[in-house]
Amino acid sequence: MKWKTDDGGWNPYLAGALAGLLAVASAWATTHWLGRTQYLGSSTTFVRAAGLIEKTVAPEHVAANEYFTKEKVRVDWQFMLVIGIFIGALIAALSDRSFKWEGVPPIWRERFGPSVRRRMISAFFGGVIAMIGVRMADGCPSGHGLSGLMQLSLSGFVALAMFFGFGVLTGAVLYGGRRS
Amino acid sequence: MKTDLALGLITGIIFGFLLQKGRVLRFEKQVGALRLADMTILKFMLSAILVGMVGIQLLAAADVLKLSHKAMNFGAVLLGGALFGIGWAFVGYCPGTAIGALGEGRWHALFAIAGMITGAALYAELYPFIKRTVLAWRDYGKIGLAEALGISPWVVVVVCWGGALALFAGFEKKKM
Repeated sequence: MKWKTDDGGWNPYLAGALAGLLAVASAWATTHWLGRTQYLGSSTTFVRAAGLIEKTVAPEHVAANEYFTKEKVRVDWQFMLVIGIFIGALIAALSDRSFKWEGVPPIWRERFGPSVRRRMISAFFGGVIAMIGVRMADGCPSGHGLSGLMQLSLSGFVALAMFFGFGVLTGAVLYGGRRS
Repeated sequence: MKTDLALGLITGIIFGFLLQKGRVLRFEKQVGALRLADMTILKFMLSAILVGMVGIQLLAAADVLKLSHKAMNFGAVLLGGALFGIGWAFVGYCPGTAIGALGEGRWHALFAIAGMITGAALYAELYPFIKRTVLAWRDYGKIGLAEALGISPWVVVVVCWGGALALFAGFEKKKM
């Protein structure tokens, strides 16, 4: 077992274990300072972002929408967490020079060619379906996967199994199964 | 900045740093896991979960914090989970990693983020219909696995550790 991966990253078990400590520290800190336990998650922020964008053109429509009202369209703890993920990833990537401008992921290019438009269409519609799914399930791999399993939530175990089960099936169709 | 926003930002920066160092933000790693070829993201996720579950369960047992289970709504978790899995294979990112991937310069993640925000807007429009249908099928409520089985949470923790360590051994043996 190596501390560093071949591409200069950290051992994923170590980085993951540190993320686990962070999740516990964060649950404790939010309980202590905010009086309400916050667990790591990110997909509700996409709802709030959609609401904030829609609000600039149709504020009455957003105010009247049941789901936006339920999830509260505002910048909150989780919204800042998601912005933080961007900043943290940027700092880490610059610190070990792994930052790279990339318009088409290499393995996508290998399988589907260099067309940015083809990547864009797949990413966009995949993103639409994925987000409708996680909002229906009420959590993403962070909310259901990490936070749900840490709490031993029944829904977390089932959701993670569904995420990976259908992800692997679809991946096999798209990429033609395992290639080593 | 208010305390909640500052706390969220600081936590997010550390989380994003760890996700990037663990190389979890790469499209290659996400798709690699779905092709059962590169298990980096599972190693990261399961390690985080194993460490986190001990800490969270200890804090909950000491009454320091309350657990907040998400509802085990049958239609929501099964259909929603399946839809996410299908979309995930196409987009190559989950919501958090799409944001992080943009941070390491993979600007194609912008397409994923645009799709996700559009999906969230669509879901808000579809919500009344989904609430009447999928969400109304059967709701088992906000329960933990241990309560559902009528056993101690620590038994679940031990089984999870055992299962995950066996998986890790398999990953290392097969160099996945």
